Amino acid sequence: MDMEKDKINMTPNLVTPNKPLLFDETVCNGCNMCVKICMMDVLYPNSERGKPPVVLYPDECWYCGCCVMECPIWEKEDVKPIILKHPMMQRVRWKRKATGEYFRVGMKNPPPPNNRPPVGGWKPRT
Amino acid sequence: MEWPYPICYGEEEVSSADILVLGGGLAGCFAAISAAKKGAKVILVDKSPVKRSGSAGSGIDHWMDCPGNPGSNLTPEEYFQSQLARGILGNPIPTYITARESWDALLELEQMGMKIRDSEGEFEGADFRDEKTKLLYCYDYVNRNSIRIWGTGMKPALYRECRRLGVQIFEGVISTGLLTDGEKPGAKVIGATGVNTHTGKFYIFPAKSTVLCTNGPGRLWVFSTEYIGFSGSQFFPPTNSGDGLAMAWKAGAEFTGLEFSHKGFGGGGGFAWPPYGVGNPRNTWFACSMVDENGKEIPWVDRDNRILKTIAERYRPAPGQKMKLQAFGGFGSNSPRGAYETLGCDLTPEVYDRIKKGEYTLPLYADLSSMPEHERRAIFGLMVGQEGKTNIPVYYTLTQAGFDPEKDMLQYYEGSWYGVGAPQWLTTMGGLMVDWDLRTSVEGLYAGGQIAAGSGGAAEACCMGRYAGRKAADYAFSMNETEVSRSQIESEKDRVYMPVNRKSGMDWKEFEAGIARVMQEYCGVVKTEKLLDLGLKWIDEIKEAEGTELCARNPHELTRTIEALSILTLAEATVHSTRASLKVRGKELPFFKEAKIRGEAFRKPKPITTCLADGEIQVGEPPYINTDDINEIKRTYEAHRGL
Repeated sequence: MDMEKDKINMTPNLVTPNKPLLFDETVCNGCNMCVKICMMDVLYPNSERGKPPVVLYPDECWYCGCCVMECPIWEKEDVKPIILKHPMMQRVRWKRKATGEYFRVGMKNPPPPNNRPPVGGWKPRT
Repeated sequence: MEWPYPICYGEEEVSSADILVLGGGLAGCFAAISAAKKGAKVILVDKSPVKRSGSAGSGIDHWMDCPGNPGSNLTPEEYFQSQLARGILGNPIPTYITARESWDALLELEQMGMKIRDSEGEFEGADFRDEKTKLLYCYDYVNRNSIRIWGTGMKPALYRECRRLGVQIFEGVISTGLLTDGEKPGAKVIGATGVNTHTGKFYIFPAKSTVLCTNGPGRLWVFSTEYIGFSGSQFFPPTNSGDGLAMAWKAGAEFTGLEFSHKGFGGGGGFAWPPYGVGNPRNTWFACSMVDENGKEIPWVDRDNRILKTIAERYRPAPGQKMKLQAFGGFGSNSPRGAYETLGCDLTPEVYDRIKKGEYTLPLYADLSSMPEHERRAIFGLMVGQEGKTNIPVYYTLTQAGFDPEKDMLQYYEGSWYGVGAPQWLTTMGGLMVDWDLRTSVEGLYAGGQIAAGSGGAAEACCMGRYAGRKAADYAFSMNETEVSRSQIESEKDRVYMPVNRKSGMDWKEFEAGIARVMQEYCGVVKTEKLLDLGLKWIDEIKEAEGTELCARNPHELTRTIEALSILTLAEATVHSTRASLKVRGKELPFFKEAKIRGEAFRKPKPITTCLADGEIQVGEPPYINTDDINEIKRTYEAHRGL
């Protein structure tokens, strides 16, 4: 038996009930502002400079969204460097009154986004 | 992967101050600010980054308990009395202070840069807008005691102000224990200790006075090992692990109300929905029209079950009613609705019977599209835009997924607002006993915010912190620093570093879930002497067995383990206090039914206090405050407020 070839690595449990944050490497510049603001201390800086942080404790995320609010390039970019995603069991559903169509967060063919910002725009939060 | 921060277990850093504030949420920031404004040297300690830490870190959408604002129809005294009618727990002092100071605190926040007015006139002409002040009211448009605000800016504003005033901020430091004069519980508090959540470094904070501004434990009965973030209540972060209460208990401070536990609002234990993120007619979504699958509207009724014909009526008191508060509980269910005097309107309680009869077809939806534009935009655009955990998690997520409040009906889920989960998943209502100086029963120790019994909500947290900071500063100016005892520091270091000094053992998650199980089983809905005695036995046993075998692999896990040890202390305090109150009151207590908060159940039982003295539980009575004599309350407040 070729020991080297059959080597089985030990890995931590990769099956998690949630993946709260998705980073886009092409937009995120690894500034770690989100790491510094996280109240649950879920995020840790990447050992490689300029790369998105590591989501070390995804199970501890409480979905406040402050990491996204803190991201200095989130508003400037169409492609978002950081996206908050509730676990699948928390993705809510709705119905369009006029057409009777049903929708949900995370569906395969979603309706076009509604781009109206909240009252006062995104600014008052800072 | 290597740990990205230097490891400094056991290394010491000493920083002293006049005032030490533990917990940097709304109450903690305000305490630090008001003490610093008095000229005191202030240290603020929080395990999270202060700019966004605490229960309201991400935002709040409405400022309550504000009868002093220029548009209000009620005096602070009238408002206070209405709150008493609704039923408050134990101590009326926080409620009166808030009624008096809520508007001042909000103006202070405005000066710090938080937006509180519709200065752009987006809501011009709306029923709820005061044309002169440009304030936007919610819930009761006649009495106008709650104000819609742009609260995502609240914590950043408080954080900036703390820094501007030279408050020394220690972020990423969990407070672990109080230092007392001569190491004795019940003796004067002379500072505290802490541990860095990234490096494990040890902090010693000697101080002339200490203000506890941490919250109660949200995860004592309910703990999800899978979704830590949804443990306990989805409205309060898991960082609310009751560290401050546990420290105060060990330091011998008096507690009250610990025996009151209830099915906390929104206690989801891992099964919750995103708060304010599903269709419902409550709180932030008040008073959204609710419809069935076919778009048929469910009628709203007032406190006398009179059907309300217009949307505008939902925002006014019932005929003959002085003022109304929100209705609590789940509509159509048996949940508590509140006291009659201030009971708000609600969906008809007949809704479930009528579903069974086939008059309504499930599922139900919140129909923002049928609300007037100003109301729709105020609910979804302003309030959901600003409320805690909604700006990005709900407003952005939903709109990006295509949700349009002008066209769409958002589905309602049973329990989405109140009471998901098993009946034994409770939350504590108790906290520290405080006097008119917001001082605890222990010298040198003050309490601001939800940690004090009888306190709750953002406005109350701010007002309490602001007041406690002033009083703690006045006290500190008259005191000298007391030297801390080396042996108390050594024994605290032994305690907190125990989990990193072993190679294997039990992880904090398993440990905490085990404690929650004991609380559910022995201090749940049904509470008897025998069950509580057994509960104490098992908590004690866990303390000796698994409690001495905990293991943490890094400073982050160490932080969580220290939190779990706080939970253990509070489990002990809660069961002890419940046992003591059962002995004092016998069957008077609403122990055998799910505690009906906010209603009659809370007003009846006489409050008791409990504390730890020489290792034994000591039961006492809180000082009597005659709430019927409003002039006396007013006088006492004015003599103490320290302005």
